[in-house]
Formats: sequence, structure tokens, C-alpha cells
Amino acid sequence: MGVGITVEHLNAFYGKTQALFDINITVQANHATALIGPSGCGKSTFIRCLNRMHETIPEARVDGMVRIGEFSVYNGTSATQLRRRVGMVFQKANPFPTMSIYDNVAAGLKLNGFRNRKQLDEIVQKSLHSSALWDEVKDSLHKKSGASLSGGQQQRLCIARALAVQPEVLLMDEPCSALDPISTGKIEELIFQLKEQYTIVIVTHNMQQAARVAEFTGFFLLGKMIEFDKTEKVFTNPSDKRTEDYVTGRFG
Amino acid sequence: MPDTNSNSAAIVIPAITWRRRAMDRLMTGLSILTVVIVLAPLFAIFAYLVYKGVGSINLAFLTQTPRPVGEPGGGMANAIVGSGVILAIASLLGVPLGIGAGIFLSEYGRNRYGDAVRFVSDVMNGVPSIVIGIVAYGLVVMRQKHFSALAGGVALAIMMIPTIARTTEQMLLLVPQAIREAAFGLGVSRWRTTLSITLRTATSGVITGVMLAFARVAGETAPLLFTAFGNQFWNWRLDQPTAALSLQIYTYALSPFDDWHRQAWAGSLVLIVLIVSAVAAVRIVVRRGTLAGA
Repeated sequence: MGVGITVEHLNAFYGKTQALFDINITVQANHATALIGPSGCGKSTFIRCLNRMHETIPEARVDGMVRIGEFSVYNGTSATQLRRRVGMVFQKANPFPTMSIYDNVAAGLKLNGFRNRKQLDEIVQKSLHSSALWDEVKDSLHKKSGASLSGGQQQRLCIARALAVQPEVLLMDEPCSALDPISTGKIEELIFQLKEQYTIVIVTHNMQQAARVAEFTGFFLLGKMIEFDKTEKVFTNPSDKRTEDYVTGRFG
Repeated sequence: MPDTNSNSAAIVIPAITWRRRAMDRLMTGLSILTVVIVLAPLFAIFAYLVYKGVGSINLAFLTQTPRPVGEPGGGMANAIVGSGVILAIASLLGVPLGIGAGIFLSEYGRNRYGDAVRFVSDVMNGVPSIVIGIVAYGLVVMRQKHFSALAGGVALAIMMIPTIARTTEQMLLLVPQAIREAAFGLGVSRWRTTLSITLRTATSGVITGVMLAFARVAGETAPLLFTAFGNQFWNWRLDQPTAALSLQIYTYALSPFDDWHRQAWAGSLVLIVLIVSAVAAVRIVVRRGTLAGA
């Protein structure tokens, strides 16, 4: 099951440059939350603060409070522990090129010491089913490399890989920006189904996509969260002038 | 209708004239020529070795030890095995250390310590091999009080490490950061990511570096002169003076005897064939483990 996310007074920095200013947000469990805003506004930085990916960049740091379910993200838990519960799908599909399709999906479990072959088989099959890729790859699970798939298939492989470790939250950083409309449609459908089991936070440049998949939408501008509300409200009756300008296409 | 847009002059792509065609042919010809120039000496050496050496290779050459001066026949079996032993020791020491240093440089060495290691290994790449032989003499032979295969292996390992470290570093740096992030995102720890994801993704490049280093030291003579020292007889102990093909070739080639000269040619041919087959075997094994589309 998914869990909720609470963020309080989050500031993020790259060296001396501050990228996020005092972000406060509560993400509902088992819902999809979209983050929109122009390039460079801090959406990706924000999502990377939720699974402590931000700190893998040299000189990057964070302060503030993030809770994911019962977990305090920046207090006490190790980053690896946390990331097993918070899956991530990246902008550009990044399958492990030297691994087979099967090994790509099993990687998260295998590399953490999980060895039960029979259970692995089941989890790989289930994850590939969940990401709607099973039928396309079931005959070449062990024969083909993850990198041999098409762009859209690779992205669904990455989703299956993230699901295989059975996270509670799924972070998606512009998962469709490199895909054609058909693949995008498949992944959006997927997000709808995945909401039943996971809490989803999705960064997107595509406002229609946010409107289609997410119940809640946050608008970021210059490192600040300008507005956070029900998606419908953000798109039809925003309370901030800047949000209105952005969603109606007057800038950005 | 003529183009009336005044601030962008119409771009005219010139037709393909005979001059462009000729230039194209010339450049293609030049690049083929450079390939021939690069490959010609290689084939010439190989052909000459076959011509001079193949007649002296027989069962006795591959199975017997050298005969005393003046007695015809005998072979280099002990030197072939000795070279194998010394290279095995060198690889066992040099490959893990070199790859380890490469991992440090690429994953943890973006700082002053890394710069220091990089500088030292580049300098070591340029140190004459005879000097490295003296170092191994001081490190191993002086302590053990006698020459040994181990000392020869150490000398060659010292030569392998900087090459392997720098190529491994370069190959690991080519692995996109996104691949590492994918592993981090699955909750895989950093050391596991480095070994099972980053290094594995760069395997073929790292192996190329290892093979380059291996082939480079496999024919070395100078570092073995006062480490492995050479031996006219069979020796199966790692702490005793050991024969090596390169040393045997050196000794025989400088001798005044025709029979020894012939054997030196044969030994050179065997050495080259062994190096080529070792490199080819590793390539085949690696390719067999590669998946379609990877």
C-alpha cells in the first residue's frame, strides 16, 4: 500500500546556489500528485529530495523535514534503506545495458541479496505484467539485453524494475518526455492502475498529462511552490495570478 | 516566385562537382593507406618470424629443456611454462590492484588524492622497464636472497598496474551517471553499484585495458633479467630462479651458435602466438557472455 508524504520547510542547495525555498506540501497516499512548472524551476530537485537522490551530486545539500509514511527521511534512516521504499523512474529510460530483461527487473532484489529463484521468477513476471510489458518480452526474458528494447519499452522496463522492489511510493521524473504519444498513453494508463497500490509523484512538462493522471497538482516557479491544490482547481480556477498565466500558456 | 525576404540570403548548396568527387576519393585513399602503413610492419614481423622460426618448432622444442652448449636439439618447454607462471603471477597481482585503483580514481578520486594517484601512475607508465626490474630486485630478491618467479611476477605486475588503472578509470567514466542513479534508486548501496552495475557495464572496455597491459608485459625482457633470472632446467617452485621465453630468446640471440639462433627465432614465434591466442581466448569468452543488443 502507498503511504503519504509530508514535507516541511524544505530548502535545497547546489553549492552556494539555493534551488528550493521553503517548500511545504502534503501528498496523499494512493493518489497521483503532479508537479508542473517551467524548466529550471526546481521540480526535479524537489522530487530528488524525496528519496535523497539530491545528495548524490557533489556539494548538494538539503535542510528541512520530509516524512514518508512513518519514516523521517533526513533523520536516522540510511539513504539505501529509504530508497528501497521509494521507487524512482527517470526522465530518460536507463536500463542496465549489460543485463538481460529478466536481470534488469530482478536487479533491485538480487543486488540486495535476495536469492529465492522461484519467488524472483514470480516477482519479475508480476512486475512486467504491472508495467504492461510482459506480453512483448515474455519470449526473450533471458536472451535480450534491456538496451535492445524500444524507447517506450525501455521506460516500461524501468517502471517494472522500480515496482519489483515493492516500494510504497513511486517518483516519476518526466517519465514520458522522450516518448511518442502511444507509449505515453500506455504509461499514463499504467499510472492510473498503479495508484491503487502506490503513492505517485510525477514531474511533467505536459500540462494535459498532469490534468489527465493526477488528483493533485503543484506549481513550481523559481524554486518556490506557488500553488498546491486539487488538479481541477489549479487548472480551472487557480488562486495565484502566476499559476493562471502559466496554465493558460501566457508564459513558460 | 523570387524570395523577397531580404534579411536571409538564399542558401545555395553547391552541386557535387568533379573536384568534390576527387577530394572524396583522395581522402578515402589516404585513410586506407594509413591502415596499410600501420598493419604492414605487423604482418612483416609475423611473416618473418614464421619464415625463420617455424622450421625449428618441433615436438622436442615444445617438450624438452635446453641442451648444454654444443649439443644439438633440446627445446624451451621450461621457458614456455615459466613465462606462463610469471605472467599468471603478474596478472593475479596486477589486474585486481589496477582495476581497484581505476575504481578509486573514477568513483572516489575526484579530488587531490585522485590527482596524486593519476600523476604517479602516468609517471610510472613512462619509467623504463629495467628500472622497474631493479625495484622488484630490491623488494623481493634482496629479501629472499635469491632470484624467483615471484620477483619476476612482481616486476611485471608493477608495469601492468598504471596502464590498467588509467584505462579502467576512463572506461568507468564513460558509464552514464544515469545508470548509477538507477541502481541508487533501487536502494542498492554504493559499493554494490560500483561492482555490479558500473564495473559490469564497462566490462568490455576494462578487459581491453587489461589485455593491452598483459600483451605489453608478456614480451618484456629487461625487468626479468635480475628477478626471474632464467633457468636451464625445469623448476616448479615460485621462489626459485625461473626460465622465461623472453630471457631465453635474449640469451640465445646473443650467442655465437647457429642452432641457438634458430631456437631464438622459434621461441619468438611461440611467444607471439601465445600472446595472440591468450588475447583472442579472453575476447571470445567475453563475447559469449554478451547478450543480444547489449
